[in-house]
Amino acid sequence: MTDRTAPDPSDDELVLRAKAGELSAFENLVQRHEKRVYSLALRLLRQEQDAEDVTQQTFLSALEHLAGFRGEAGFATWLLRIATHAALKTLRKQGGLQRVSLEAATENTENEQAIPHPEYIADWRQSPAQLVERNETRRLLDEALASLDEKHRLVFLLRDVEGLSVRETAEALGLGEANVKVRLLRARLQLRELLTRTLGDPESRVSRAPHHHG
Amino acid sequence: MKCEDMLAVLNEYVDGTIDPSICAEFEQHMAGCNPCQVVVDNIRQTITLYKNGQPYELPVRFREQLHEALRERWKDKFSAK
Repeated sequence: MTDRTAPDPSDDELVLRAKAGELSAFENLVQRHEKRVYSLALRLLRQEQDAEDVTQQTFLSALEHLAGFRGEAGFATWLLRIATHAALKTLRKQGGLQRVSLEAATENTENEQAIPHPEYIADWRQSPAQLVERNETRRLLDEALASLDEKHRLVFLLRDVEGLSVRETAEALGLGEANVKVRLLRARLQLRELLTRTLGDPESRVSRAPHHHG
Repeated sequence: MKCEDMLAVLNEYVDGTIDPSICAEFEQHMAGCNPCQVVVDNIRQTITLYKNGQPYELPVRFREQLHEALRERWKDKFSAK
């Protein structure tokens, strides 16, 4: 008998059961992670139809390769990696990637000198907790994200939105960790700049005079 | 430490993976430098805002179709064995 008061089974447990052929365990895993996969795909591709295709490919692929999933990374990380690969493929097919080939995307072409210093510096008028409640916020966030280069958006989404580590992000994208860090810095700074221009309090705006301490 | 050095330590500072001695140095700089302090706050808020954003719901029609496709594939795979 199943104990109805038992806590929800972990992903690992569901994976084991799914591997043993239990369809409901697999469906449970899909339900748990479908929104995350779909959201990532939608934010990467910005087209509902493409996001749906990638989501379906991701779970079909997970079903296909479940036996080979060894659980070194968590199940969610594994799924996100599959989804990222599928989304990259779609982007390349569309020629949407600014650096089309993965070879080019993995080149360590960025250097810190080229990273612009923050310009618009001001306290925000509202806290993130207040902002999340507002409907306009999602649009603002999506628009800011959409204005980043693909390569910066990818890194930011995996690292800061999905919570992958720098190493996991590097692995998912086939990049070096140093490259991930530079791209992440660029993405964070660019988003900060864009959001602060809208959310910042002009009254509190500070000008950055070069500032030295002994 | 100077403002120009901020970019080199920013990621690791907000991620909490910074070397403790560099961290102390940076915090000492920030204590006397409002712009750097505000930038760090802004960056933290930016990340929080994105991280706490609600995921998108799957369109109902697509969700049904997805689960149906997976069930079909599952049956093919496991009944074929």
